[in-house]
Amino acid sequence: MDFDLTTEQRIIKKTIKDFAEEEVAKGALERDRTKKFPIEIFRKLADLGMMGLPFPEEYGGGGADTISFAIVVEELSKACASTGITYSAHISLGGAPINQFGTEEQKRKYLVPLCTGESLGAFGLTEPNAGSDAGGTETKAIEDGDDFVINGEKSFITNGSYAKFIPLTAVTNRKDGKKEISAIIVPTDAEGFHVKDHYEKMGLHASNTTELVLENVRVPKENLLGKRGEGLKQFLQTLDGGRIGIGAMAVGIAQAAYEKSLRYAKERRQFGRSLTHFQAIQFKLADMAMKIELARNMVYKAAWFKDKGKPFTKEASMCKLFATEMCSEVTSQAVQIHGGNGYMKDFHVERYMRDAKLLEIGEGTSEIQRMVIAREIGAR
Amino acid sequence: MNIYVLLKRTFDTEEKITLSNGQINEEGAEFIINPYDEYAVEEAIQIKEEHGANVTVVTVGGEEAEKQLRTALAMGADQAVLINTEEDIDEADQYTTAKIIAEYLKEKEIDLILAGNVAIDGGSGQVGPRVAELLNIPYVTTIIDLQIDGDRVNLVRDVEGDEEKIEATLPLLVTAQQGLNEPRYPSLPGIMKAKKKPLEELELDDLDLDEEDVEAKTKRIEIFLPSERQAGKILEGELDEQVKELVSLLRNEAKVI
Ligand SMILES: Cc1cc2nc3c(=O)[nH]c(=O)nc-3n(C[C@H](O)[C@H](O)[C@H](O)COP(=O)(O)OP(=O)(O)OC[C@H]3O[C@@H](n4cnc5c(N)ncnc54)[C@H](O)[C@@H]3O)c2cc1C
Repeated sequence: MDFDLTTEQRIIKKTIKDFAEEEVAKGALERDRTKKFPIEIFRKLADLGMMGLPFPEEYGGGGADTISFAIVVEELSKACASTGITYSAHISLGGAPINQFGTEEQKRKYLVPLCTGESLGAFGLTEPNAGSDAGGTETKAIEDGDDFVINGEKSFITNGSYAKFIPLTAVTNRKDGKKEISAIIVPTDAEGFHVKDHYEKMGLHASNTTELVLENVRVPKENLLGKRGEGLKQFLQTLDGGRIGIGAMAVGIAQAAYEKSLRYAKERRQFGRSLTHFQAIQFKLADMAMKIELARNMVYKAAWFKDKGKPFTKEASMCKLFATEMCSEVTSQAVQIHGGNGYMKDFHVERYMRDAKLLEIGEGTSEIQRMVIAREIGAR
Repeated sequence: MNIYVLLKRTFDTEEKITLSNGQINEEGAEFIINPYDEYAVEEAIQIKEEHGANVTVVTVGGEEAEKQLRTALAMGADQAVLINTEEDIDEADQYTTAKIIAEYLKEKEIDLILAGNVAIDGGSGQVGPRVAELLNIPYVTTIIDLQIDGDRVNLVRDVEGDEEKIEATLPLLVTAQQGLNEPRYPSLPGIMKAKKKPLEELELDDLDLDEEDVEAKTKRIEIFLPSERQAGKILEGELDEQVKELVSLLRNEAKVI
C-alpha cells in the first residue's frame, strides 16, 4: 500500500490547482449568471497540453494516468463545476471510446484534434426514450451502399456545440426482433445534423448541453466505431471511466463547499461567538471533512484499478454513487451553515448545490449505480 | 551558453503555517519553489528559447526537493542537481549554502547564474551575492529586466521602486526581483518529460567538503509567529479631546512615551 501521489501527480496537482485558482475560479460566479461557455479556459488548457491528458503521446496526448485525470477534474470542478464537467466529458466520454475502440486511422483523424483541443469531445447515448435504459435507442442507421444514413434524436449531449464530430449509438439492424446497436462517429457539420443549444438548466450554466437532431445524415461505413453490434457494450464500458470523472467532480465541488463553510463559520459571529464554537456546526464541518476524504479515496481507488488494468466497474459505480450523494449533502449543509447568505448567489454555495444535483443523474443515476453494484456483488 | 539557476524549496506562505517546539511544522505544510527563484527559472528558460542555452537548476537540500527540481525541469530546464545535505548537516545558514554551491560551480563553465532575490522563508537575500563573491564574478541584485547581446548584458535593477540601468558582461550572477517575468505553468508534456531528464544527486563528499568547511556562521536563537494584532481603537469626540486621549493612551497604556 502507498497513499502518496507520485512526483508527476503532485506536480500536475500543483499546476492545475494554481491554474484553477488564477484562471478558472475568478469568472465562475459571473459565468453562472451569463451562461457563457468558458472557451478561453479551454484554449489555455490546450496550451498546457491538458486536453489529451490520458491518451498516448503518439496521438498528441499526455500519457498521464487516470489518477492524474481525477486530480485535474477535481481541481477544475472545485473552481467551476461547469468547467469540470466540460473537461471530464471531453476526456472520458469524447476521447476515451475513440482511444479504446478506434482504428489507427480513426485515432489519427479524431483523437489527435481532441488532444490539441481543436475539437471538444462529446458522446451521444441518451435519447428522449432511452435514458437509464440505454438499450432503448431508437436512432436508426440504415445501410445505403458504402454509407449509413442516420435518423434520430439525442438528448442532453454535453459539449455538442463545440464538437467537430460525435460518436453516437444507433440501431444498425434488427435480428429476430432484437436490436443491433452500433457506435458511429458522426461529423457535426454533416448535412442534416442539427445541434440545438436550447435547454434551460438548474445548474452547470456555463456548460454546454445540447439536443442533437439527425435527419438523413449520411456517413461512410468506415465511421463505424469498434465492432458492429457492440455499440451499447462499448458505450457502457466508456461510462465506467466517465463515472470516475463524475466522482472527481463531486469531490471538487464538495471540497469547495467545505472550505467556504469552514472559513465562513470561523468569521461569522452570533450570540457573541463564532459559529465554529457551536457543536452543531462543528459536527457538520467534521462530517463534511470526513466524507470528502472517504469519497476522494474511493475515486483514487477506482482510478488506480483502471490504471492497473483490473476490472473496475464496481469501484467506478461505488465512487460515483458515494461521492455524488455526499456532494449533494455537503453542498446543502454548506448553504445551511451560511444561513441567509448561503441562499444568495454571491456566496457561491447555492451554485455548488445546484451544480451538485446533476452528478446524481448524469452517467447513470444513483438508482442505476445501485443496480450495477447489486449485480456486481451477485445480488440478483 | 551555460546557465545555472539556484533554487530553494520552501514553505508556501499562502497556506497555513504552524509551529511546534520552536520549529515550523513540516507535516501538512505545502512546499513550493521559492517564488523569486521561479522568476529565475523562467528567465533562464526564456533566454534559452531566445539564444539557445543549457539550463541547469541546482538546489541544496533534502530528498524532498526533487519535486521542486522536477517542476523546474517540467518548465523547461535541461537538467537538475540536488546537493543532498540531509545526512551531513543539521544547522545551515547562508554561508553554508553559498559555500556548497560555489564549490559545486567552481569547476564549471559558467556564462550566467540566476538566483532569487530573497527566499521567502529566511529572507536574507545573501546566497546569490555570496556565491558570486566566492566565484569571483560580478553580480547584480533585484533585476527586473535582462537583455543579452553577445557577452554584454543590459540590466534594469529595481532600487526600492526606482529603476537603475546597468551594463555588465558575462560571466555574471543576477538575482531576480518580482516583475522580471510571469513564470509559466509547466505543461503536461513538460511534466511527463521531466521524469526522464537527468537529475544528479551529490553529497558533501562528492564536492570534497567536510562538515566543518561549511559550518554555519550564525545561530538561530528562537523562532516565533508574530503576535496577534489587537483590535484597533478609534477615538471619538472633539479634536482636542482626541489628542489628549491619544497622548494619555500612548503614555499609560502603550507605554511608548
Ligand atoms: C446536464 C446533463 C448532461 C448530460 N450529458 C450527457 C451526455 O453528454 N451524453 C449522454 O448520452 N447523456 C447525457 N446526459 C443524459 C443523462 O445521462 C441521463 O439524463 C441519465 O442517464 C438519466 O436518464 P433519463 O434522464 O432518461 O432518466 P430516466 O431514465 O427516465 O430516469 C428517471 C428516474 O427513474 C429512475 N429509474 C429508471 N429506471 C429505473 C430502474 N430500472 N429501476 C429504478 N429506478 C429507475 C431513474 O434513476 C430516475 O430517478 C446528460 C444529462 C444532463 C442533465
